This record gives sequence, structure tokens and C-alpha cells, in this order.
Amino acid sequence: MPIDTSAAFVRTSEIPPSPPPPSETGLVKWLRENLFSSVGSAILTIVSLIAIYFILSLAIPWLFNGVWNASSLSECREAMEGKVGACFAVLTERWNQLLYGFQYPASEYWRPNLALILLFFAAAPVLFFDLPRKLLIITAVYPFVAFWLIWGGTFLGPLIAFLGLAAAYFVFERVGKQNFALGFIGAIAAAFAIWIVGGGLIPDSASDNAMLKAVPSRDLGGFMLNMMLGATCVSLSIPIGILLALGRQSHMPLVRFVCVIFIEFIRGVPLITLLFVANVMLAYFFPPESTVDLFIRVVIMITVFSAAYIAEVVRGGLAALPRGQYEAADSLGLDYPQAMRLIILPQALKISIPGIVNVAVGLFKDTTLVSVISMFDLVGMIRGPILASTEWNGVYWELLGFAAALFFVVCYGISQYSQWLERRLATDHR
Amino acid sequence: MVEAAKMAVSDEVAIQITDMNKWYGSFHVLRDINLTVNRGERIVVCGPSGSGKSTLIRCINALEDHQQGQIFVDGTELSSDLKNIDKIRSEVGMCFQHFNLFPHLSILENCTLAPIWVRKTPKKEAEETAMHFLEKVKIPEQADKYPGQLSGGQQQRVAIARSLCMQPRIMLFDEPTSALDPEMIKEVLDTMIALAEEGMTMICVTHEMGFARQVANRVIFMDAGQIVEQNEPEEFFNNPKSERTQLFLSQILGH
Repeated sequence: MPIDTSAAFVRTSEIPPSPPPPSETGLVKWLRENLFSSVGSAILTIVSLIAIYFILSLAIPWLFNGVWNASSLSECREAMEGKVGACFAVLTERWNQLLYGFQYPASEYWRPNLALILLFFAAAPVLFFDLPRKLLIITAVYPFVAFWLIWGGTFLGPLIAFLGLAAAYFVFERVGKQNFALGFIGAIAAAFAIWIVGGGLIPDSASDNAMLKAVPSRDLGGFMLNMMLGATCVSLSIPIGILLALGRQSHMPLVRFVCVIFIEFIRGVPLITLLFVANVMLAYFFPPESTVDLFIRVVIMITVFSAAYIAEVVRGGLAALPRGQYEAADSLGLDYPQAMRLIILPQALKISIPGIVNVAVGLFKDTTLVSVISMFDLVGMIRGPILASTEWNGVYWELLGFAAALFFVVCYGISQYSQWLERRLATDHR
Repeated sequence: MVEAAKMAVSDEVAIQITDMNKWYGSFHVLRDINLTVNRGERIVVCGPSGSGKSTLIRCINALEDHQQGQIFVDGTELSSDLKNIDKIRSEVGMCFQHFNLFPHLSILENCTLAPIWVRKTPKKEAEETAMHFLEKVKIPEQADKYPGQLSGGQQQRVAIARSLCMQPRIMLFDEPTSALDPEMIKEVLDTMIALAEEGMTMICVTHEMGFARQVANRVIFMDAGQIVEQNEPEEFFNNPKSERTQLFLSQILGH
């Protein structure tokens, strides 16, 4: 075939690479793509910039002109000399009240502080399960140590509570393997035997000159109270919620019925109602001579409330698992507790993490509702003793902003942990 | 080789089903099933969809319960007594159409879980057994991966290894190749053939007629919840007796 020389072409030299035109690189490209890609987005960008400028021009002087040293609002105003500024002095002056309430003895502040530090060590083996399993002993002992630290008094009380639970665990481990029902009932009997006998052995005067001064529950307050309620209720409501979810799926009609009624009733009632019940009415359900602590009554109500929500979240996770997983576990000869613990719950809970964290964060913030039943938590302190005082009447932004910041730090931490957990557990490679 | 294996069928009865009936609500799924499987026998169950084949083998390890009649597995009767069921299930391995591996556990953990928790085998020993069977299904190098990283054929072979780790006396296969791409069917069938050659008692629900011809001692044809015809494979394929069987065979072998 003859070659048409006019169309033929042979390259003899390579074209050197040249940089792209300026409009395609760096800042210009980024601005064009992200902020000014169309007329509409250009307008929105400009409006947003104006709005941001407006907010910052008010907020920055307010923050930086802030007065940190004053003993009342009027002193603050004098110190600012007519400029716009925040009166952060209320935070420094009332710092201890915001954190510990106004009645916790100042000489004992180290006790809740130590309990908070220990909380990190106790929570770590549960949250980061790559740590050695032996560390779970710290977690098991922690609630009793923390109780003793915060409430003080004789250490015999928490010790006997711990021994009762330890005996229950021991009995269940020994007997429960052969006979679940016998082990279960035996465990409860052992715990109560130790509590009743041990409780009788503690002399009434044991707390009078104890190593740690006893602090009654009504003296607890501030952000400490929110943290205590949050940590206790979250750690109790997750296991209870899981049991409720499993109960709702049970083949035993009575168990299922009880769980459904419980969940539906609790979810259908506002938390505030339950808290009023805890405050006023729950006493009717306990024996007349026993005075169950208000703190415990509130813990029961918040736990019950969020356990009902967690149960529904976990039920969603259980329902999302293919039936084949249950069948595969059955066909290998695993019994119900093994199948649940090893196959079903690890997967169902993984699916439920975002929902459970959602409930946990909500629960933590809802602990501020206890201020309506005259417990002086962080919000209760702000609304009550601080804003009502003559010195600080009218300082809203600084105080509520501070409360918001404290809650945000904790909730953002929980959220970040849950995202780490989801990444850590991702094994399905979808 | 296969012929030699066929000789290995003993007189000992592995599974005995007498006058078994099952209903889903008011729908009569299995009707008067009578079946005796001897140790070392390899049975292929086929039939149109909805004929009750899967339900039948799922009754054998009590994934479904039956309402009438008796099922004996290894001489133990299947009843609603839980102890019996767990014992039978650990003796009877089962492979599913969709593998049903545990996605949150590695391949090795999938294989060692039941031996460790049900048989109480020490972890190290269970891992050695697991590696032995993973080598047998030719994927020991995948032991540390997760099921989601494997192809369908590999997953089904892991599922077979997982069942074998329990050292079962009987294996049930519920359409093990139906969810696989064509080029992966062979690797799974090869694994099953190797198993058959070792004399494992097997009941397979499958539409792989080549497999049935090569491996089975007996082919059972089911329709509308009943056993319509059973025979040796040669006889079954070349000379089917009932009209329903002839129609079914012409439909699946016709192209």
C-alpha cells in the first residue's frame, strides 16, 4: 500500500512538560471550584463572609475585653469602662460552686477529683478492649471506691456491697455452668445473704469518725453531679438495654410480654415526669422505714428511661442481622448464651453503635433536668444560687456559655470515641 | 477411585426418618417422608423450587422442627429436648447456600470458635485442626483474613472447613453452589468430591447433576413435599420412572 507522505507524521523530539495555566493551580483553582463555581454560590460566599465578619466583630471584643477579676457584676462594668466585654469573673469567683455545688466541703474537693481520675483508669479496659483483660478488675472495683471517695463515711458499706456482688459472681461461675437457673438464683441468694448479714454487722456509729468525712447526697452538686449521674446511668443502662432487647425477642411469651410493656411504657412517658416520680412518689414503693437516697432514686429513673431507648436501638441491630447468622451458630451446636455472646451481639452492637452513642449523649445532657427537682447540678447552680445572688444577677451569656462548653467537651469526646470504635471494628470490607 | 468409595457404604444406619410430616402454619410442606441413610452413603436431593428439599435437610439438624413422625440421627431421636438438639447439631455439619460465615471473625476464628466453645478443645489444638482442614480445602494462606475479603467460592470452602473442624459424622449441604459464579462452582464441587472419597456421610441438596452422577449412591427426587422417586444415579438419569421426574430432568438437562 502506497504511503501518503503529506498525512504521515513522525515525531522526532519530545514535547517537554509545561506547568498548567495559573487558573488551574493553587489558590485560584481552589477558590473557583469551592467558593465561586457559579453566580449563586458566589453570592452565597459573599453573604456568608459578611455574616461571619458581623458575628466575629461582636464576639471577639466581647471575649477579649472580658474581665476575669471582679467580685460582682457592677465591679465588672466599672472595670470595662464602657467597652463591650464579657464578665468572666463570675466563673473564677464561683468556680468551685459550678464544679462541686455550694455545699460540698471545700477541704474534701480532692476526693471527687481523685474519683474522676480513677474513672479514666476504670473505663479504659472497657472502652479499649485491646488492653489486657486483667485490668477489668479495676473496673469491677471502681464503683465501690468511687462511692467511698465521694460520699465518704465508713468504708464497710461499699466493702460489703462489693463482697456481696463478688459472692454472687463466684456462685454463678461455679453453679451456673451446669445449671443456669440454679446458679442464677443461688447467686442472688448469696448476694443478699452477705448484704443483710454484713449490713447488720456495721455499727450505726461507724461513719461518725471515719477516715473520710461523710457527705450526704443533698450536698452534692455542680458539674460533678452531672458527671456522676451521666457515668452511672450510661454504664448501667447499656447492659440493661441489651437484656431488654434480647427479652423482647425471646421465645418465652411471658418474658417478651414483660419487656414490651416495660419498654413501651417508659418510652411513652417524659423524663421530667419520671424525675418527679423519683422525687416524690417512689418512696411509696420502698418499705416505709427505708429512706432510699434521692440520688439513687434519680439514677434508677434515668437508667430505666435510657435503657428503654437503648433496648430499641439494639433491637434494630438484632433485626438487621441476616437469619443465616443465627442458623450458622445453631448448626455448629452453640447454645443460646454462646450464640448471643460470640456471634449475634458482637455484630448487632456494632451496627447499633451510632444509635447507642446517640442515646448516651442525650442521657448525659438530660442529667441537667434534675435541676427541676431542686438538685443543684451545673444548670441548677447557675439558675439558683448564682443568678439569684445580688452580685451576679443578670450574667447569662458567660455562665450558660460555660455550661455549654463543659458539656460539649464531654459529648464531643464520646462522639470521637464512637467513630474510632466503628473504624476499629470494621472487618466487613464493604 | 469413586467406585472404590462407593463400596464403603456400611449397614450401620446414620439417619432414619419415619413418617415425618411438617407444616408451615396450615401449609403442608413435607408429607410422609420415609428415608434411611446408611453410614458412608452420599445422597443428592433434587427437585423443583418449593418442593421441600431444603426444609427436609434442615429438619435433620433441627433448624426446623417437625410436627409428626420421628427422626433419628446416630440413634438419637430429635425431640424438643434442648440437650439432644445441641448434641446432634455438633455431630452434623451444615453448609448453607449463602455460606453464613461470621463476618466479624477471621477465617481461623470462624473455624476454631465452635471446637473451643462447644467441644472445649484447647485453643492451640483447635487452631492446628483448623489449619489442617483449611489446607484440605486449599486456602490455608487466607487464615488471617476476614470473610469479606474472600471470593464466594473461597468463602464456601471456608464454610466447609468450619463444619469439618467439629469432626462431624454427617455433612448436610443446602444448595452449596447456587449462589456462586460459574467459575467458582468447580472449586467447591472438587472439595465436596474429595470429602465424599473419604467416606463422609453426605446429603446434598443441589442441581449439579454432574456431581450427582459422579459421587452419589442415591438420587432422591422431591416434588410438592413428597419423595417422588429415588434410585441409583445411572438408573435415575437414564431411566426415570415417574412422569414428574422425566419432566424435571428434561427441563434441567435439556439445554
